[in-house]
Amino acid sequence: MEKKLLRGNEAIAEAAIRAGCRFYAGYPITPQTELSEYLARHMQKAGGVFIQAESEISAINMVYGAAGTGVRAMTSSSSPGISLKQEAISYMAASELPALIVNVMRVGPGLGGILPSQSDYFQATKGGGHGDYRMVVLTPDSVQEMFDFTIEAFDIADKYRMPVMLLADGILGQMTEIVALRDIKPNSFEKSWATTGTGMKRRHNIINSLYIQPEESQELNLRLQMRYNIIKEKEQRYEIINPEADIMLVAFGIVARVAKQAVAELSKEGVSAGLIRPKAVWPFPETCFTRAAKAYIVAELNAGQMIEDVRLAVNGRAPVHAINRLGGNLLTVEDIKQRVIEIVGGVPSACAI
Amino acid sequence: MPANHIIISGFGGQGIVAAGKTLIYAAMLDGMKVSLLPSYGPEMRGGFANCHVIISEEPIASPIISKPDLVIAMSLPALEKFEHRIKSGGSLIIDSYLIKRSNFRDDIDVVMVPATRMAIDAGNVKFANVIMLGVMMELLGCPGLKSMGKAIMNMLPDDKKLLYDKEMEALRLGQEYAAAHQVCIK
Repeated sequence: MEKKLLRGNEAIAEAAIRAGCRFYAGYPITPQTELSEYLARHMQKAGGVFIQAESEISAINMVYGAAGTGVRAMTSSSSPGISLKQEAISYMAASELPALIVNVMRVGPGLGGILPSQSDYFQATKGGGHGDYRMVVLTPDSVQEMFDFTIEAFDIADKYRMPVMLLADGILGQMTEIVALRDIKPNSFEKSWATTGTGMKRRHNIINSLYIQPEESQELNLRLQMRYNIIKEKEQRYEIINPEADIMLVAFGIVARVAKQAVAELSKEGVSAGLIRPKAVWPFPETCFTRAAKAYIVAELNAGQMIEDVRLAVNGRAPVHAINRLGGNLLTVEDIKQRVIEIVGGVPSACAI
Repeated sequence: MPANHIIISGFGGQGIVAAGKTLIYAAMLDGMKVSLLPSYGPEMRGGFANCHVIISEEPIASPIISKPDLVIAMSLPALEKFEHRIKSGGSLIIDSYLIKRSNFRDDIDVVMVPATRMAIDAGNVKFANVIMLGVMMELLGCPGLKSMGKAIMNMLPDDKKLLYDKEMEALRLGQEYAAAHQVCIK
């Protein structure tokens, strides 16, 4: 297998081409621009279309249109740009169209800054646009997973006919690691719904998200909810380190990497600590919480967003503590170790930010 | 391998991130696990550059370095930012042509290399980063010269491949400087 040094953003782009993505539209924004740059160089050679659109809104609507023809399509941006895309994401959910949306998160709210953040968790998992819809939201923690999860994301999107999000952050986008580049034969999915021309042989396919009649609207909504329930059952993705530990850290993305090192060091020092790492934050891996640890600590680069899902999953059976960093600042191994030791010692400080 | 958490730092334009990329490429060829996190933030616009490089035989947990084993500082602001973060017993390599200072922490090894002067004398100021890589190779005993050669070739864009021999010469200058001054990292 070919091994290459790639930046996180480049790994997503390379994986998209290998997964058979043949339509990309986007608009530049730090810290994800290398993804667009890579596809600008390589997409055409692969026989696909690369468009630098005039805006994020335009780009996502081009993806909406391309997805309607059955082609594997994607867009990418960073937080403020992803906010602009929400309307079309909701439309794609209603139109039951598969597509990949990549968010390499930076700090917000507003234009915020270019530094890394995880503060779009709510937006990604609770429906950033209007209506009762969900996206599968994959959360890689390495450049290898940026590559692997991109390929999986296209399959999930096609399988369930829905938009899927890859949720990364500025550090994962910018860092370089070794990636094993799998040569894959993209899975092909029957897309009898695609608007590819009738050839005078069938009725018109119509891609639509407008349902005026309440019966029709209810039918669509019930169909979507049934699908989401299946996904909740089948698509929970996670990694657990030291599953029987007293204190379980919960972290995703780049924070999980820091937490892994903290857990390794704490274990050596005789502290019973483990890690639950969601590889997807929707559906949230509730199954990891069936055994109640003595306490949970949720580490996030936001003011406490995933912690709400952890609390729902723990359901009052154990205390759930937080450690957070805001404004583009990072959690260090020392920060996390100190928080664990505070909790073990029974004198947690009220506020960990 | 004694030191594997390395921060390379200096001004934008000195080839700080390029040095990091070259280093991890060579280490990868030697079969090591590697990660590189370039400076990424508002400081880039102020001219400050750094990158976090981890080279390890084991899988790398966090790519972010809070306590480096080794810091290469090619500017005074870089030195001031990172000197206090070096692990006790760790090492500091500074460009002594650009940084005029003689007081350092006494619990670290300090290696003074006039890399920029050496690069100017060798005909191209841009080779200072490669000289630093040569010093570091000699001190750490890795990556191997063959792998570094391949890494340097890989890093050069197609229209600049002619610089390969000169860059290898700069690498050798760095190695020889380190060997002649008998500096070694514990």
